[in-house]
Amino acid sequence: MSNMTFAQAIKDAHVVEMERDPNIYVAGEDVGVFGGCFGVTAGLLDQFGEKRVKDTPITESAIVGTAVGAASAGLRPVIELMFVDFIGVALDQLYNQAGKMKYMFGGKAKIPMVMRAACGAGIGAAAQHSQCLEALFMHLPGLKVVMPSTPYDAKGLLIEAIRDDNPVVFLEHKMLYAVEGEVPEGDYTISFGQADIKREGKDVTVVATANMVHTALGAAEKLAADGISLEVVDPRTLNPLDGETIIASVKKTHRLVILHEEVKFAGSGAEIAAQVAEEAFDYLDAPILRVAAPFCPVPFSPPLEQAYIPSEQQLIDAVKKVMA
Amino acid sequence: MDLTNEQLIKMYTTMVKIRTFENRVAELFAGGKIPGFVHLYVGEEAVATGVCANLTDKDYITSTHRGHGHLIAKGGDIKLMMAELFGKKTGYCKGKGGSMHIADLDLGIMGANGIVGGGPPLASGAALACQYLGNDSVAVCFFGDGASNQGTTHEAMNLASCWKLPVVFVNENNMYGISSCTRDSMCVPNVADRAAGYDIPGVVVDGNDVVAVCEAAAEGINRARQGKGPSLIECKTYRHRGHFEGDPCAYRDDAELEEWKEKDPIPRLEKKLLEMELLTESKVEEIKGALQKDLAAAEQFAEESPFPDVSVLTEDVYT
Ligand SMILES: Cc1ncc(C[n+]2csc(CCOP(=O)(O)OP(=O)(O)O)c2C)c(N)n1
Ligand SMILES: [Mg+2]
Repeated sequence: MSNMTFAQAIKDAHVVEMERDPNIYVAGEDVGVFGGCFGVTAGLLDQFGEKRVKDTPITESAIVGTAVGAASAGLRPVIELMFVDFIGVALDQLYNQAGKMKYMFGGKAKIPMVMRAACGAGIGAAAQHSQCLEALFMHLPGLKVVMPSTPYDAKGLLIEAIRDDNPVVFLEHKMLYAVEGEVPEGDYTISFGQADIKREGKDVTVVATANMVHTALGAAEKLAADGISLEVVDPRTLNPLDGETIIASVKKTHRLVILHEEVKFAGSGAEIAAQVAEEAFDYLDAPILRVAAPFCPVPFSPPLEQAYIPSEQQLIDAVKKVMA
Repeated sequence: MDLTNEQLIKMYTTMVKIRTFENRVAELFAGGKIPGFVHLYVGEEAVATGVCANLTDKDYITSTHRGHGHLIAKGGDIKLMMAELFGKKTGYCKGKGGSMHIADLDLGIMGANGIVGGGPPLASGAALACQYLGNDSVAVCFFGDGASNQGTTHEAMNLASCWKLPVVFVNENNMYGISSCTRDSMCVPNVADRAAGYDIPGVVVDGNDVVAVCEAAAEGINRARQGKGPSLIECKTYRHRGHFEGDPCAYRDDAELEEWKEKDPIPRLEKKLLEMELLTESKVEEIKGALQKDLAAAEQFAEESPFPDVSVLTEDVYT
């Protein structure tokens, strides 16, 4: 075990896998000498050379599309989209090509690629550099969607993603990059579709993703002082989604609050709420509540941006409401 | 093209205005007054200035993430821009946009852009509106060397040529897209070489010579106004500062920067105007003093303005 940041854990996963498999290459804008906009790929160029660590022109459609083509022809690309918002430029290659190929070709194709992307608000980067878009990717059959919250999960999930034979979207909330945690040396994987109970509790289940897991843990600490016990469930992968663990938790607590940063309307929480309503309605003692961003682009001005991001207080209020 | 003395002095003043604004923004950013990202135009002032000298309020421009200079050259208000950079309610976008999204639609400034390559199709679209409505306005698209590699840029130029749209694509080739040098990102020496692929004129100019930029732009803009279709002008220039404030610039040489500082567009024009006796040392001081005063007023306005109230968070999403 060693203590490292979320960013270092992601880099470490690259190193472990690139040492193991010579057919993995990394590509993206400024991933080489510059080390990535958030420093994640720093050092990979020195260690693995230009053939395997490729700086690209500003050309998202071709970064994603070449990865799809290369993956279908035997490589295992791990590409970086600097900000997830830039997927707009490249979406066709991801969803019409990568996501559909296997099915369209009657099961023949295999697209083992990972697209990493930084997401989320909190640094004043404004509307085109701050969004969370996990629901968009969840909606597209053929893609898997991973959203880690800790350095440990990030490394294990990224290694799993690289070994997966499907296109995987790996979402890294930028407010997590500096978060530290214990991470095992070398090789380990975390299977997709296995939620993690980040804190056990008995009164209310809170399903939270990415940095919102930390917001939920903060709220849990405060509410514990008031005698309210939160169970914090982190799905870790949104597709596949571990409905079973979530439902088992709800059957225990009888109350569910979902917390995520992306907009509430048609966000990932809507799917989680629907699954619980379908499978465990009779166990619920209160309506399911969602705490999430309002339906607007991410604003620039700091007070507006802070108001946009779901807060610990909003979660506490929602918990009190379902407890009332 | 014969530029009048007035035009020359105006271009000089505009360049100095951009420079003083940007240098102050650098200080304010470092001092924590400005949140988010800022990308400064220091060193590239001649491009926006020379091009916009040929435009009126009725013409359109699309800008980039490095947009402060475009806005100033097109006649934008530095008070409203500074307030926006501070995230204040009185800013151009009520604090909702910030540096990367400043727009002044009344002046035909269709917005800075956070998406590299986001602007070219918009410029072709504005040009389509000009053509369709039959007015004699034109659109100018500022875009970087990095943006020249985006599919959207190629698509916008091709369509503009097919439809003979009144648009001028002005490439600001400062040799880098963040850390990636044009040596590695392009396979032809000039962005303008690609014009052949769209069957439009493509010219290369010294982007640090405001007069040369102004003349080349005049030709492209007149051509567009006469209904002869788009053109591409590549301005070779260099950014003196990092890609964004805080960029250590490890990917480029100090020597290269020093070489380009020798070609700084502002002292170049200043020297010329002093030699022509259009300017005197005291006139230079007077111009700079007046600009400093306006800048201080803009800063004070930004500083004293309130932040937006959180109640406006979900306003402005729909019309
Ligand atoms: C679609 C998209 N990809 C990547 C980025 C990140 N990015 C912002 S500016 C920039 C470099 C742009 O280079 P260039 O077009 O040459 O403009 P310059 O910064 O040199 O003015 C990059 C890669 C972005 N904002 N949008
Ligand atoms: Mg550039």
